[in-house]
Amino acid sequence: MDAIILQILNGLDKGSAYALIALGLTLIFGTLGVVNFAHGALFMLGAFCAVTLSRIISLSYIVLDDTKKDFLGNPTKIEVPYIYDWLGADTGAAIIDWSVPLSILFAIPVMILIGVIMERGLIKHFYKRPHADQILVTFGLAIVLQEVIKYYFGANPIPTPAPEAFSGSFDFGVLVGFDPNSIIYPYWRLVYFAFSMVLIAGVFAFLQFTTFGMVVRAGMADRETVGLLGINIDKRFTVMFGIAAAVAGLAGVMYTPINPPNYHMGMDFLVLSFVVVVVGGMGSLPGAVAAGFLLGVLESLASMGWVIDLIPGINQVIIYLVAIVILLTRPRGLLGRKGVMEE
Amino acid sequence: MFGLNAKDTRLLWIVIGLTMLAPFLLNPFPEGSELAQFNAGYPDLMQRFVIFGIFAIGFNILFGLTGYLSFGHAAFLGVGSYAAIWMMKLLTMNVIPAIIMSIVFAGLFSLIVGWISLRRSGIYFSILTLAFAQMSYALAYSVLTPITGGETGLQAKISDPRILDSNAGEFGRANLFGLHMNSSYELTIGRWEFTVNTGYYLAACVMLISFYMAIRIFRSPFGMMLRAIKSNQQRMNYTGLSTRPYTLAAFVISGMYAGLAGGLMVAMDTQVGPERMFWTASGEVVLMTILGGAGTLIGPVLGAGMIKYMENIISKINDSILHQWFSFLPDGLEDVIVAVVHPFIGKGWSLTLGLTFMAVVIFLPGGLVEGGQRLGRLFGRKSAESDKKTPPAE
Repeated sequence: MDAIILQILNGLDKGSAYALIALGLTLIFGTLGVVNFAHGALFMLGAFCAVTLSRIISLSYIVLDDTKKDFLGNPTKIEVPYIYDWLGADTGAAIIDWSVPLSILFAIPVMILIGVIMERGLIKHFYKRPHADQILVTFGLAIVLQEVIKYYFGANPIPTPAPEAFSGSFDFGVLVGFDPNSIIYPYWRLVYFAFSMVLIAGVFAFLQFTTFGMVVRAGMADRETVGLLGINIDKRFTVMFGIAAAVAGLAGVMYTPINPPNYHMGMDFLVLSFVVVVVGGMGSLPGAVAAGFLLGVLESLASMGWVIDLIPGINQVIIYLVAIVILLTRPRGLLGRKGVMEE
Repeated sequence: MFGLNAKDTRLLWIVIGLTMLAPFLLNPFPEGSELAQFNAGYPDLMQRFVIFGIFAIGFNILFGLTGYLSFGHAAFLGVGSYAAIWMMKLLTMNVIPAIIMSIVFAGLFSLIVGWISLRRSGIYFSILTLAFAQMSYALAYSVLTPITGGETGLQAKISDPRILDSNAGEFGRANLFGLHMNSSYELTIGRWEFTVNTGYYLAACVMLISFYMAIRIFRSPFGMMLRAIKSNQQRMNYTGLSTRPYTLAAFVISGMYAGLAGGLMVAMDTQVGPERMFWTASGEVVLMTILGGAGTLIGPVLGAGMIKYMENIISKINDSILHQWFSFLPDGLEDVIVAVVHPFIGKGWSLTLGLTFMAVVIFLPGGLVEGGQRLGRLFGRKSAESDKKTPPAE
């Protein structure tokens, strides 16, 4: 029992990432009708926003410390970040420690900007083209983005630690009456889960309770009529593309302590996220979120020892297997709308 | 000739000519000259040109004709490869049974995958094929290790049984009735060196046969039916016709082409690993077909050639070569140009590929073939007005 709870918890953080990427994909698809294969690359760009910020704030100069000598008798070199001088050593250290959460503030404007540029510069010209063309051009864009990142940051994963305060683990078992140390769960994964819930709730609230969101929802239902009412729906959809990019980017920012970012992480997640979107039902936001968590949890449940003993290799294929079964039995996915992408 | 009309016969002869003379045509620069690194006439690369050509021709029969975008074709390539290496291990190093069995197994596997995936169309079909391919990859990597060799893959070994071979127990090389695949004849004419390789010519002959068959399929009533499915499947259904058998047939044929390509890969280089089935490999064949021109006869072959050429030639260029090229410029300017070009060469070749690919999708939806046609029309405007001989998009 405790093992199952542990696996469900483990599945939640991966599920959160799937859900956030799938949410963005569905937002873009539902508003603009574009299948965005570059969405994984946006997730990756978000992660590298965190890397960039942490590099910027820990820019250092070198001072020589004469009191300590290294083994050759030279004074030791100590790297002092500039931020220590500006804000004092304590505040500076705290800021560097908290660089990943701080990256959220940095990533939101950057990702919205990237999203808007992408939409205005490239994807705008593909509304009238077939879905296959949209898939292909965004696939090409994803290759280009990941090669650019590889050029500047190298091919190796870059470790980006979580703040000291969250580096430990949380004994979840004690809370629900199990023996101590039976269910250990890293704090940061808990943070990631909570963060993704807040973000998802934020997006839904934005769509549900603001005038802007109402117009966007109306545009998703019937773009032409909204246009006839004299509302510039294209402009709002561009903003939604920016928001979708920001959601993917934030998912990437917060994922960096769990998995050190490398240039192909976007592609790894993208394939699974597409499966998630299709399982949830193209065009359905709640479907995307539900399917994300469902598949994340199923994946980690399937990697338990006795399940693997029962059906060897199930942990590798469970997501795809579920996708195939759902697509064949429920043609529109779990919560899909009628008539989306069925031509 | 061969039951083709005059235009297709001409195209076929051009392709025959190009492939048969490839070792000479692809080595236009003398050995040791500055441009020698652009030579692509070495056996390894030429084999890849024709093998990926076959793969792309097969993919094009599915995607170009029916419009079904499969994102899992590498699985059939992988299955073909595994079937071929097992034939070599169990029966004989002769490549004939290996190639035949690779086609058979890939055909059977694509029949199963196609039978399930073709229930859906559009992006759902793409995701289903992707799911099957990723499952095959994951299983080949982990659970099926006894059959697939897991991460290390399979190689031909001395200890293989090879019951049909007289020299079982010795080190065997892939051969065609005693003719070794990797044997080459070096021809030196003046400063030029040409390599005539057995494996390449075998693969090229197979490619020509598959190309001929693809032309026949394109021109047949069956091909017409597939195109009708692409343009309006709903109308086909309303006229009371079930499209499933046709799409399934196209899927299996293209799966068999992929298997054939996999078998040939093993015949050229007797080893196989699961990474051959990874989804990036499926993505690559999509790139090739689109880059060349989906739905055209020659496009996929051109696309395959171009991608493999870029992969092998651009990735070889480095900064010192660039400095040599631009040495005629003033020093400062030379450094600037080298610095600008640097991200696109060597390891950055996939950046060049991605940009080229995007440019093609944006500006030339018909691929390189359409580009060629536009150029042809631009320069031959006077004759082109009435002239229908410029190769049309099919």
